[in-house]
Amino acid sequence: MTRKLFTFNGGVHPEGHKDVSSATPIALMPLLPRYVVPLRQHIGAPARALVQVGDVVLRGQMIGAAEGYVSTAIHAPTSGRVVALEPHEVPHPSGLTDLCVVIESDGLDQAVEFQTLDWRNLDPSALRNRIRDMGLAGLGGAVFPSFIKLNPEGAGIDTLILNGAECEPWITCDDRLMRERAAEILQGVAVMRHMLGAREVLIGIEDNKPEAIAAMRAAAGGEVEVVVVPTLYPTGGGKQLAYILTGRETPTGGRSTDVGIQVFNVGTAYALYRAVALGEPMLSRVVTVTGHVATPGNYEVRLGTPVADLLQAAGGALPGSVGKLVGGPMMGFDLEDNAAPLTKAVNCIIVKHPDLFPAKPSALPCIRCGACARACPADLQPFEMYWFARAKDFGKSQSYDLFDCIECGCCSFVCPSHIPLVDFFRFAKSEIWERERHKHDADQARARHEFKDFRLEREKKEKAEKLAAKVAENKARDAATAAAAVTGGAESAADPEAERKKAILQAALDRAKKAKESVTPQNTENLPPTVEKQIAEIEARRAQADTRPEHEEGK
Amino acid sequence: MNGSPYILSQNNSVTVVMLKVLAALIPGVIAHVWFFGPGILVSLLLCSAFAIGFEAFILLMRGIPLKPFLSDGSALVTACLLALALPTLAPWWLYLTGIFFAVVVAKHLYGGLGQNPFNPAMVGYAALIVSFPVYMTQWAAPVGVAHTIPNLWEAFDLVFAGAGSISPDAYTSATVLDTWKTQVRLGKDAADILGQPIFGWAGGRGQESVAMMYLVGGLLLVSNRLTTWHIPFAFLAGITATAGALHLFDPAQHASPLFHLLSGGAMLGAFFIATDPVTAASTPRGKLIYAGLAGFLTVIIRTFGGYPDGVAFAILLMNVAVPFIDAYTQPRVFGHKRGGKRGQA
Repeated sequence: MTRKLFTFNGGVHPEGHKDVSSATPIALMPLLPRYVVPLRQHIGAPARALVQVGDVVLRGQMIGAAEGYVSTAIHAPTSGRVVALEPHEVPHPSGLTDLCVVIESDGLDQAVEFQTLDWRNLDPSALRNRIRDMGLAGLGGAVFPSFIKLNPEGAGIDTLILNGAECEPWITCDDRLMRERAAEILQGVAVMRHMLGAREVLIGIEDNKPEAIAAMRAAAGGEVEVVVVPTLYPTGGGKQLAYILTGRETPTGGRSTDVGIQVFNVGTAYALYRAVALGEPMLSRVVTVTGHVATPGNYEVRLGTPVADLLQAAGGALPGSVGKLVGGPMMGFDLEDNAAPLTKAVNCIIVKHPDLFPAKPSALPCIRCGACARACPADLQPFEMYWFARAKDFGKSQSYDLFDCIECGCCSFVCPSHIPLVDFFRFAKSEIWERERHKHDADQARARHEFKDFRLEREKKEKAEKLAAKVAENKARDAATAAAAVTGGAESAADPEAERKKAILQAALDRAKKAKESVTPQNTENLPPTVEKQIAEIEARRAQADTRPEHEEGK
Repeated sequence: MNGSPYILSQNNSVTVVMLKVLAALIPGVIAHVWFFGPGILVSLLLCSAFAIGFEAFILLMRGIPLKPFLSDGSALVTACLLALALPTLAPWWLYLTGIFFAVVVAKHLYGGLGQNPFNPAMVGYAALIVSFPVYMTQWAAPVGVAHTIPNLWEAFDLVFAGAGSISPDAYTSATVLDTWKTQVRLGKDAADILGQPIFGWAGGRGQESVAMMYLVGGLLLVSNRLTTWHIPFAFLAGITATAGALHLFDPAQHASPLFHLLSGGAMLGAFFIATDPVTAASTPRGKLIYAGLAGFLTVIIRTFGGYPDGVAFAILLMNVAVPFIDAYTQPRVFGHKRGGKRGQA
């Protein structure tokens, strides 16, 4: 069966280096004495710790609960004791620390009782909550909580795409998983399809993985189509793969669900299989260890395993190595510290050597050759964005659709002047976010100031009204006394003039009272809804800024 | 720290790009030597030496490291393009002046590599044709027309010591573009003009073959993706359409499109000069507009202007329009609506 494939513009063909790690089967890491489990392994809010130092935990026990909507649970990788709950190095480009649960293994590896999920009959919402509590997040690199993506409501998803493209050089964890566990992946796919109600299921695999293609084809029934796509980086970008397979473009700023497509990484499907068929939460993933290392290969690694232990299992870095990369060479980042643990987001550790990753030559000026624009899969004009970013004219950079940049690195890869274009774009984006935060702060200050002016004005008005009322009251009383003196006390009530004045007085008092009531005590926390909306938007953008850019499932 | 990507494509640098451009000129240079003698080698050598000298001098003055910028090859490309656009066997100071305007004025006074709005070689050419029109119309005559073809040493001698006792008429002639224009204005018959010995089968004798070799080299550039097809195609199409319309209108007054394509700087301009990425439009649609209009202007200047060729002024005029063209021809970004708002400069 041949399917019409679409081609996005641009893309590059970096050397694959896949065979370095793809030859051997996935190996199981031995049990370690100590695991460091970060509470933030996904996009969104970190999980809320459920354990304290000294607690005894079992394998699969939830140690962090999803906090807020965009979040998911975290589980203990083995049985043992919580020895610390503290900030610890994590694999993140910032090199900053994050809150981690440190578990000392008791060596017994006792598990909680796993309960399989009757996914065909469970209420969809209950099923999603179970998946959230099992900690499932996308294993392609973006680690978006899976239960959210499995919610079909209102999305109108007709196509489920499984991303087995694995277009980044060096990485082979999805390749090995598809070769060895195709049937299980497809069971996970069946669950996804059931939950989303997708009509069509497509599995996209690059043509440099013939074994994986054969294995997946053998396991796939008639209802799932394995589609071979040409090897071209960044085919594994969620939006790119969706376009290749369906010709549907994800609108700018949107998600593939906007065009009826949901994309999952093959590893996520496998994890979903384990969740429903074995009742096992997300405790491990397959990680590629490759580059300048003794025994490159793929390892099934418990989440929380320190990178140092994984490297040891792979025979250790060879002499002459210079640092490690997390992820692939096109979009990955330098690992600052070997003590950092492996998380749901880490698909690959590459040990660097100057021969494999030569120092970048110094940059020359841009000659506007346009190679970057021809390589850009988002059809941007990187040299124009660079021109303005370099001049710190970020508004102009933005007007060249800076935020459509997926930071795939194709432009930097092809630049004959060796300009680190993506670095400039990351810088420009963070500067723009920073400015928006400042603008938000300024807006808030202005709103406060304006409210203060309003309050002072109102208080002045209230005082004036009170004064007026008092004057009126005094006048009325004087008049009444005068009237009483003239006509006599008994008739005074019937006096029409006094009656009228009394009514005026009462009306003035009522008005003053009413004005007083209408002003409920307020402070600057009660901002108008527009301002509150702005705050929410900016918070959302900040949250996005904290995470990796929107390169959906897989790379 | 995130410094991705950690890999770069192999054998890719400004120097490599420039060297490939120079390599693509070789067929044209060989044809030039074949038809006009080795004089072109002297002007190529002189222009290159002057260009490197000026480049080094200015880099030192500006306090810019010499090595990466001297080795980028851009000055050499400018020098060779100017040498190929100028008459051979002209006095050495003509080349010096041209290179001064190209490298110092057009390139470095505007900020150096990548910053110049005008094509340096064409600025050099324009400065010379405005300043020294006589020298700019004395072109080496082709084999078969010239009484004598100077050998390499004689060429050096002519360039540095001048013609001396030899009359320049012995080895130079006017260009076919010039001849056509002046003689048509004198009311001569088109067939008679084309029958003169300096005219070949389509353009100037010898020159037409050199132009064909530029075409070959240029196609190599396109096939090696050093330039896209847009600019050469649109430039040649602009010439063809404009010259074709004029020719259809009055064949007695206006030469055929093929004549325009194969004479003067048309082929060199189409593949090597109009394509200079620094000064050309950069978007696909922008390139078509930029080069199409440059081709149109080339024929208009050749036909109605006072200069022997229109390529240089046409390209310089279109250089002015590049920022404007680019701003209004931004391609659609992935995921954006068709016909939606684009980035604007």
